[in-house]
Amino acid sequence: MISVMEVYQLLPKTNCKRCGLPTCMAFAVALISREKTIEDCTPLLEEAKYEKKLAGLRELLAPILSADATETGMVIHPEKCYGCGNCVVACPVNVASDPKGTAIGRGPVSGKAILMVEDGVVKCVNVDECRRFGPEKVLCNACIATCPSKAIEFI
Amino acid sequence: MAFCTGCSLLCDDIVVDLDGGKIGKTMNLCRKGHAHYSSISSGRLTPSVDGSEVGVEDAMMAAAEVLAGADNPLLFGWGGSTLEAQRAGVDLAKKLGGAIDDPSSYSQGLITEKIIAGDLPTCTLDDVRNFADVSIYWGDDPSSSHPRHMSRFSYFPRGEKRQRGYEEDREAIVIDVRKSPTAQIAADGFFKITPGGDGAFIEALVASLAGKIPKVEDKKRMLNLGTKLRKAKFGAIFTGQGLAHSLRGDLSGFVSLVGKLSEITRFSVIPTLGDYNTRGFNQTLFDETGHVNSVTFKDGVRHGQEFSIARLLDSCDAVMVVGSDPAAALPAAIAKKLAKAVTVAIGSHRNMTTDFAKVSVPMAVAGIEAGGSCLRTDGVRVEFDGLVGSDHLSDVDIIKRIMEAV
Repeated sequence: MISVMEVYQLLPKTNCKRCGLPTCMAFAVALISREKTIEDCTPLLEEAKYEKKLAGLRELLAPILSADATETGMVIHPEKCYGCGNCVVACPVNVASDPKGTAIGRGPVSGKAILMVEDGVVKCVNVDECRRFGPEKVLCNACIATCPSKAIEFI
Repeated sequence: MAFCTGCSLLCDDIVVDLDGGKIGKTMNLCRKGHAHYSSISSGRLTPSVDGSEVGVEDAMMAAAEVLAGADNPLLFGWGGSTLEAQRAGVDLAKKLGGAIDDPSSYSQGLITEKIIAGDLPTCTLDDVRNFADVSIYWGDDPSSSHPRHMSRFSYFPRGEKRQRGYEEDREAIVIDVRKSPTAQIAADGFFKITPGGDGAFIEALVASLAGKIPKVEDKKRMLNLGTKLRKAKFGAIFTGQGLAHSLRGDLSGFVSLVGKLSEITRFSVIPTLGDYNTRGFNQTLFDETGHVNSVTFKDGVRHGQEFSIARLLDSCDAVMVVGSDPAAALPAAIAKKLAKAVTVAIGSHRNMTTDFAKVSVPMAVAGIEAGGSCLRTDGVRVEFDGLVGSDHLSDVDIIKRIMEAV
């Protein structure tokens, strides 16, 4: 998980407000939640003295910007996943939307499940139903806490 | 819906896309099950005699010849066979006057025998899902060996009397020598013991249940465990090889602990068995002889450790291995004896045992290429059909053909 302070340290820290936010700390939060992009910080891109910080920031945020991450920041490491389905059965959204399937330990049957196991590895679908999705998100961690192999993380 | 015979949980909610008779995308299979399904297209066994490839019929005739010429044959394996094949196998052992055994003789045979004989209380995994509020994994790591154990039955799912799920309604307790993936899920419910320390743990737990001070380092935690178990409404103990090996054949302490727990509340024992139909073989042989493994039909029915594969390899003159790989599972010294024996291997895939077998006969993979029936690890009978066509004969057909030719 990337911390706000890690991102903040790689910003100009001048609170110039050119990104539209009052402080660089607010911009760091917006970067992590993907409401802003690195390109919104014009001094960082234009001024040569920030070259190192820019490279560091791109490296730090690479997992967030990669195609593997869903819009909620969930990254699944398929090489670590056992396909046990603990997350599928523990996920509160799955339980509520699929009472005859995932709620009782079976594979999803309702089509509304957000986690399912395909070809032996867990897969995230219907991501907009996840509790971590959108501005009103709840920091639910049922899928991470129940994973025996740490195959799921949120960035 | 398809069945998975990848382990003894026999998951029945598998969705498989059949792409022109071949296995395509699969849903709900764990990694182990997916590998089991994918394996049908690679590493398959070919019929051979003395290392040269022959036709299946010739291989079966050569197998029959080896068995018919032996005075003291051993028929081993059977955990990866259907109930029908196991029944035929017991009949073949009777006809040959030989011994029959399965891997439970060096794993959980004693525990399974006590359960089948009614000395240990048991229940089904569906009962566990519906009613259990305490699940104890003893020397058992289902997260690694049976990946869907916790999510389908024992910890995460909602059930009839367990509507609020694992966070409020269930408790997982893991007793193991290392912090296994299952222990990581149990978190505070993990009790680390030293290798071989299960007997001492049982004594401490019995003391704690009786309200006495247990002789362990962390007395308070053990007393808390005792209180937790006393308050349980429905407990399930899942045993693994760790417990079976640690107790070294003396189950009296464990049986007495389960008896004490059962006096207080309902506690059931379910073994976590490896092969998909180990329980089926144990039940089939028990129904026939009153023993779950290590039986010889030479001069009447006799049972004992001396008829287990580990001991019998010194005296038997032919071994038939069906759907198993004892060469990989047994200690090297015993595996070497197996390598020197005249071996007939019947299996779906190449493995260490088939590599040095004199005769090898390929069979269809049950549940994918052939139908049949088997018993789940908790003793529930499951029947299944094949999904895809195959050129291979089913295990029961091979055993019956060999029996005709002997």
